[in-house]
Amino acid sequence: MIEAQLSRSVARWCEGATGVTGAAKLSGGASQETWRFDIVHPDGPIGAILRRSPKGYGAAPTRAAGLGAEAQLMQLAYEAGVPSPRVMHVLTAVDDLGTGFIMQRVEGETIARKILRDDEFAAVRPHLARQIGGVLAGLHRLPLDKLPELRRMTAAKEIAEFERDYRSLNWPKPVFELALRWLRDNDPGPSAEETLVHGDFRNGNLIIGADGVRAVLDWELAHLGDPMEDLGWVCVNSWRFGEIDKPVGGFGSREELFAGYAAAGRKVDPARVKFWEVMGTLRWGIMCGGMMQRFREGPDHSMERAMIGRRASETEIDLLRLLAPRGS
Amino acid sequence: MQDEPTPVELTKSVADFLRSDITPLISGHQAFKLRVAINILDLVTRQLTQEQGSDAEEVERLRALLGIDGSVTDLNRTLADRIARGELNLATPGLAEHLWATTMDKLAVDQPNYASYKRELSRDG
Repeated sequence: MIEAQLSRSVARWCEGATGVTGAAKLSGGASQETWRFDIVHPDGPIGAILRRSPKGYGAAPTRAAGLGAEAQLMQLAYEAGVPSPRVMHVLTAVDDLGTGFIMQRVEGETIARKILRDDEFAAVRPHLARQIGGVLAGLHRLPLDKLPELRRMTAAKEIAEFERDYRSLNWPKPVFELALRWLRDNDPGPSAEETLVHGDFRNGNLIIGADGVRAVLDWELAHLGDPMEDLGWVCVNSWRFGEIDKPVGGFGSREELFAGYAAAGRKVDPARVKFWEVMGTLRWGIMCGGMMQRFREGPDHSMERAMIGRRASETEIDLLRLLAPRGS
Repeated sequence: MQDEPTPVELTKSVADFLRSDITPLISGHQAFKLRVAINILDLVTRQLTQEQGSDAEEVERLRALLGIDGSVTDLNRTLADRIARGELNLATPGLAEHLWATTMDKLAVDQPNYASYKRELSRDG
């Protein structure tokens, strides 16, 4: 079992550790798993998380930065004061656990609907949009010369990739065609400034506590590009979970997000943010189509995946609200 | 002609059984999966009830917009191609109205509780 391998591993790099308990798989597809466990230590248990690709699943999907890069980015973020778990250990062959890393477990909530509804977060909710601006500013300031090797993306490259994905679905959608045209016609060109872009920064990928953002998760889509991409993606309606008048994750306004970003010393380009919000809405819609395709072709023939295919129309109405709003 | 009960009546009877008789018996991840299953049956019922009418109206609009005849699938494919080629755009009379009407009909089947849909519906009403 995995606990035996984890126990041998922690004994090597965590001083005083005598073993592990409570290993439980939190999520996992065929190629990537997340486990929680506690390190047994004389000073008290240490909460930990394992992110790994099991043996035989070394190759990352084309768009993912890879677990090695993810570990480096999280550690860099942690050192720079961006809310992030501390990386405790990067797996090596000796660990016999595949590839990946072990990080400190951060307590808090990631389920967006709970963060938006539960009383526990009522006091902090009004501050989150601004706080997220500050977190993104810190993330976009991570030093380029310390980053791992990452894909370099521009709007034009992303549009081309989405178009290829969409056409491969053979799923004619006039609203998506309209959005693709709009994106091409309104592409602001390469950003004057290229920074680290998280790539999936949104409500659902943040650990939130009563005190606010405690950690930014899921760095696997990190790349180099236009920092405004992250500001646009966090505003996509799909991540507002019903709170449609609060664009920033259902928490607050764009103005608050922008103010937090500016207060941390970085400049916002609202036109670019809007462009990336349209791009992000289309991106999620095409991803819904991808889920439908995976459902049809197996291996994941689940009802949940099938139903996500029927959520593409949510992004169509949101694209129309952005591109062809009806009189108010 | 097939016998009755109709597909809508049959599907509804299964959804009602799952909702009233099975839901109280299970919990945890299985309860979540059961909710998804019931949602699927409800969606199928809505589609069986609404699709014929909304498709007929969609074909009507598409024929006017494109000046050709065909099935709803073929006409949609043509519309998608023409938008991709830039021959039709939001300045084309009737295009925005058509896309709005079609999208509203889809949401009415797919996700009638989606907040954007409910907002736009209140605008219509």
